[in-house]
Amino acid sequence: MGSGDITPDQTVVWDGGFVNVNLTLVTTWVVMAILISSAWLITRRLSTGPQMSRWQNALEVTVNALRSQIREISGQDPDRYLPLAGTLFIFIFVSGVLSIVPGYVPPTASLSTTTALALCVFFAVPVYGIAAQGVGSYLRSYVRPNVFMLPFNVLSELSRTLALAVRLFGNVMSFTKIVAILLSVAPLLVPAVLNALGLLTGAIQAYIFTVLAIVYIAAGSRAQRPVRRDAAGTSGATDPP
Amino acid sequence: MEAETVIGMVSIITAGFTIAVGSIGPALGEARAAAEALRAIAQQPDEANTITRTLFVAMALIESTAIYALVVALILIFANPFWAEFTG
Repeated sequence: MGSGDITPDQTVVWDGGFVNVNLTLVTTWVVMAILISSAWLITRRLSTGPQMSRWQNALEVTVNALRSQIREISGQDPDRYLPLAGTLFIFIFVSGVLSIVPGYVPPTASLSTTTALALCVFFAVPVYGIAAQGVGSYLRSYVRPNVFMLPFNVLSELSRTLALAVRLFGNVMSFTKIVAILLSVAPLLVPAVLNALGLLTGAIQAYIFTVLAIVYIAAGSRAQRPVRRDAAGTSGATDPP
Repeated sequence: MEAETVIGMVSIITAGFTIAVGSIGPALGEARAAAEALRAIAQQPDEANTITRTLFVAMALIESTAIYALVVALILIFANPFWAEFTG
């Protein structure tokens, strides 16, 4: 990304007239290729015993950590949300970490990519919500606590999706931009330090994006039932088996 | 002064003000959040993991407003829509 561009969308690699391939697409494909090929290679020969390859060990650590995080944050069965949340985290994390390679610009430095990821979460909330509670119960959750909150609930859904997209875009883009500018001002040491800080920020933002996605989806799927106190004084609001 | 000069000047000044004023609030908010989190960890060291995780999530949410201000400033400097008709 040159010092005049604000997103990798503006760097066109191949122009085919109607369709053109820009740097965002190329780096997204690179990240996808790396993730898919490494996943396929590692899971070709899985072993269930104590002897396993280090790559399978690394994958198991990642999946276990994700599942425990999802279970802690949402309080529900983690396997429902693991594919979406795991993919979001691993994609954003790897696309940030790969910025250690020279000449690479993270695809999340483009508002298109982050908007696409935020839209995935935006559509996942009603999908998971309706699958968990049914259409009527989910739509009724928009008029809680009373019907005057309906526009505010809808507006909050839209604004938090926008916030997801712009937060990730702003964090990643600002670091790539600062590094690109500093390369012409104070090269060699200062851009390297800021690139490292960008790696840290990219990892933290991957975690934040995933945590917020889990919180939104789990909040939309939680069955809205009033807490009843029976004669023993304990609340009866436990999920049915 | 012609329009080109005025637009360039106002864009630069506004970009500087945007990020300068826009980062005051989030910085104060993050300081407050970190102070409360440290106090909570001092009171309950066993819960340090949960508190730290919640602190990071809260910091990222508080940081969002500063990021919005930064994005507006960067757009004004590098992707200024009103500047394009003079250079394009």
